[in-house]
Amino acid sequence: MENLLDGWGITLATFSPLVGVAIMLLIPGEREERHKVVALATSLWVAFIGVLLLLWFDMGETGRLQYVVDEMWIDVIRSRYLVGIDGMSLPLILLTMFIVPLCIIYSWNHFPEPRNPKAFLILILILETGMIGTFVAQDMVLFFVFFEIVLLPMFFMIAVWGGDDRRYASLKFFLFTLFGSALMLVSFLALFFLTGAESFAFTEVADNVLAHGVSRTAQLWIFGGMFLGFGIKVPMFPFHTWLPDAHTQAPTVGSVILAAVLLKLGTYGFIRIAIPLLPEAAVEWAPWIGLLAVVGIIYGALGCLAQTDVKRLIAFSSVAHMGFVMLGIATLTDFGINAAIMGMVAHGLITGMLFFLAGSMKDRYHTLEISRLGGLLVQAPRMGWIFGICVMASLGLPGLAGFWGEFPAILSSYSPANGLPVETFRTFMVVAAVGTVLAAGYLLWLLQRVAFGNPPEEFADNPEIVDVTRHEWMAWAPILALIVAIGIYPNLVFRVTDGAVDASLNDCLQVNTAELTDAEAEALGCAAVYEVGSGGGHDDHAAAGN
Amino acid sequence: MGSQLLLLAFERPALDWHALAPEIVLLSVGGLVTLIDIVFLERARPITAAVAGLGLLATAIPLLTLALDGSDRVMFGGAYVVDEFALVMKAIFILAGYVVILLSTNYVAEGEYWENEYYGLLLASLMGMVMMASSRDLISLFVALELLSIPAYLMVAWRKRDIRSTEAGLKYYLMGVFASAVMLYGMSLLFGVSGSTLLTDINSVVTAGGASVSVVTLGIVFVVAGFGFKVSAAPFHTWAPDVYQGAPTPVTAFLSVASKAAGFVALLALVFVGFYGRPEVWEPLVWTLAAVSMTVGNLIALRQTNIVRMMAYSGVAQTGFMIAPLAVAGHSTALGDQALSATVTYLAIYAAMNLGAFAVIISLARRTGSAEMSSFAGAFRYAPAMTVAMTIFLGSLAGIPPLGGWFAKFEVFRVLTSSGDTWGYALAVVAAVNAVIALYYYASVLLRMWADEAPDEGVADVALTPSLLSALVICGGVTLVFGVLPQVVARFTDVSLLALGG
Repeated sequence: MENLLDGWGITLATFSPLVGVAIMLLIPGEREERHKVVALATSLWVAFIGVLLLLWFDMGETGRLQYVVDEMWIDVIRSRYLVGIDGMSLPLILLTMFIVPLCIIYSWNHFPEPRNPKAFLILILILETGMIGTFVAQDMVLFFVFFEIVLLPMFFMIAVWGGDDRRYASLKFFLFTLFGSALMLVSFLALFFLTGAESFAFTEVADNVLAHGVSRTAQLWIFGGMFLGFGIKVPMFPFHTWLPDAHTQAPTVGSVILAAVLLKLGTYGFIRIAIPLLPEAAVEWAPWIGLLAVVGIIYGALGCLAQTDVKRLIAFSSVAHMGFVMLGIATLTDFGINAAIMGMVAHGLITGMLFFLAGSMKDRYHTLEISRLGGLLVQAPRMGWIFGICVMASLGLPGLAGFWGEFPAILSSYSPANGLPVETFRTFMVVAAVGTVLAAGYLLWLLQRVAFGNPPEEFADNPEIVDVTRHEWMAWAPILALIVAIGIYPNLVFRVTDGAVDASLNDCLQVNTAELTDAEAEALGCAAVYEVGSGGGHDDHAAAGN
Repeated sequence: MGSQLLLLAFERPALDWHALAPEIVLLSVGGLVTLIDIVFLERARPITAAVAGLGLLATAIPLLTLALDGSDRVMFGGAYVVDEFALVMKAIFILAGYVVILLSTNYVAEGEYWENEYYGLLLASLMGMVMMASSRDLISLFVALELLSIPAYLMVAWRKRDIRSTEAGLKYYLMGVFASAVMLYGMSLLFGVSGSTLLTDINSVVTAGGASVSVVTLGIVFVVAGFGFKVSAAPFHTWAPDVYQGAPTPVTAFLSVASKAAGFVALLALVFVGFYGRPEVWEPLVWTLAAVSMTVGNLIALRQTNIVRMMAYSGVAQTGFMIAPLAVAGHSTALGDQALSATVTYLAIYAAMNLGAFAVIISLARRTGSAEMSSFAGAFRYAPAMTVAMTIFLGSLAGIPPLGGWFAKFEVFRVLTSSGDTWGYALAVVAAVNAVIALYYYASVLLRMWADEAPDEGVADVALTPSLLSALVICGGVTLVFGVLPQVVARFTDVSLLALGG
């Protein structure tokens, strides 16, 4: 069938939530049912467009941007409304469109205090626009704008509907992220001016970086600015401290969206902007990113062991899981980055699901203190089983989605990209493998304490503790199905991402430049990335460009 | 000799009536307001605000025709110029003045203050600003400055039964006069060196560098410092918090937007037309002013408990952002043009968002009767629309896309980084860090409004008046449109002063 969405499908999907917001603004706040219906209808409509986008997506050419719209947006600064989808962004866009309606269904009957469904749902829809926009933007200024749009809604979601310590947590989240993105913006601008590009489009800037030979020092600094911006969002150790606070205080749905999508904005930034645009600096920074990634894995795992609160524990496990994602990215290989995208999707589904469960437990027990919980399998067996499955998925059990994020990421660090220090990365590999053992430890221990045994006395005959409700089933079943489906057939994701990742990476990263003749290297543009023909093997990553 | 002087005095200078039309209309409206008061006395009270407001809108008509005409008009031997820059600034003044009238309408009427005089003075002050936008000569700059300042001194002390207002008036007056004196001294030095009051003449002398370097430097520093008072740049900002707090809130809004913009107009004219050939003098000066203003303003704003005082310090920090592009403006004429556009863009967007924030403060203070931050707690529960409006304005001041302020900040960053030198990058990093500090206090106010519990009592149920509502709609609409489609504002602020003066 003919592709009917070409040229406007992305715009439709990105801005439809705002149309929903406009409609909701016209309905008075007391008509709660109508607000829920409008919000759900809007998000389902967006998801429907997402399905169409997937159906008409040309799987033969995932490396090519599809559904492209290219219009002038701000003439004076030569910024364009340039959007498109390729294999790298498609899974994340679909993940966003998939999670948002489920969040709305989940909140249907239990909006957190102080309720106000109108405002809550409006914020979710604005968030959706920001998230989809970030994944489709192909222009640095446009990307920055969408990247920032998600800040205010999430800030208010935590600040208004959050837990007792919500003020501190929301402000911390806001300040950390804004600090990163302010420096990121300066980096974008510096890159734009140093390359003398004609527009802020990613592809054009990338071409100009190679063509103009931006000095190595400048590249390193600019990459540093982006590293801060994206790294804080991921969050990487040692910028992760906002995450446990934000997650613990956020309302359930806020935590889910934060874990499922917002954290991915950071990792996506690395693979979409930082690495393709600055391949030289990426090679230089990669070992350090890898180092912070494995520190994050171990630190996150140890942090988990020390937690006494279920939500906080899941938040720390996010730090560890995003460490695996960043390790995959740091290898700068096709394999590693594919693993990273898989890791993002898997983490989004699994951790999102865990936060849903934590929220539901909180509704029933009114506490998430691990020491007070127990016997979930006895009191609410179905919920206990779902919790068990998610825990298994999270620790990377083969056959569930989590495995395909972690295992290939570890494997890829056995042979990192050309130019990276192999021994270092193999050390990272071993450390990361130890991390998976720790992960199994803290997750199984969590399961044991929460689900096994007999219910503690204080909750033994509590009628509030019921099994999974209808709305919960409706919200959770699709996620669980997808976790299993991707676990059994990971190619669902890999075949979409592979072509795009391959296209985004500098060719020189994939070959051994030492074995190339000068002419071949020149043809690939390797001269700009490596000192060609030095024959120094893997340790000469510091070699200067032209 | 004597007869020659006499002849000169009688020779009527060539007047371009079209170019002067906005000033003439404004003057007539001011006269009309005063006349209505004299003739109808108390009966005229209800219509004065309307006359003043409509009169301002009428002033916009000749501005439009001039803009459509598009040619630069030079009068009085280059002392008075109507070019794109002047027109854009005049439009900002007129629109800001209109919003201030909307903000004042109920405030002044309900407070039992003198009304006709208030609007008369407001129009006179605006007249000074409109003239300032065209002045390219030390004398006309000074006259315009005094014309805009003296009515403002009076308006600050308008709540005469309140000791704070009187204190504010006195403080503002003394500091203003002191600043004028410093500036005049600087001007006299420049005049002494160049023998002319025309900025273009001064520029050629300054550029040539033959004259005593130290005298020129001193003159430039004094003049810039004098206008530093007007725009409340640190360390010349100390008057701002007390004056802002004591003055009637609509007057505060007027000072923080229109009066600041007028100071900037003069500063821009001086830097780009008068001193452009001497960047080594004013660039470091501006760099320091920008960095200090941002940092000092933001750090002190963090500790404020009164929202108007907080806005005063936030205004100091915003001044730092506005002035920052000038720190690299002397590198090349292309960069100079960009820096000018960036500052003008910032002024235009700042006018909308800051006036909007004050509109919300005035509206909410009508309910709570206080401008203490604590009285804004829980506003989301009883005034959700107002809270959302405040979110838009404060978010915009913090520079969060897609609200207008992001583009203003973006332009500043763009100019600073495009300079390509270390100082430009350093200031960009200082600005980036400051953007984060600023977010803290803006977000704290928003947190109070959104997340705190509303007090059980002390909230009067006062309806929003139509004039406040229109002010909110105008400011909110402009803030959003400028943010989503920055092209709209950028098209107007793409101006240049260097073609004439350089």
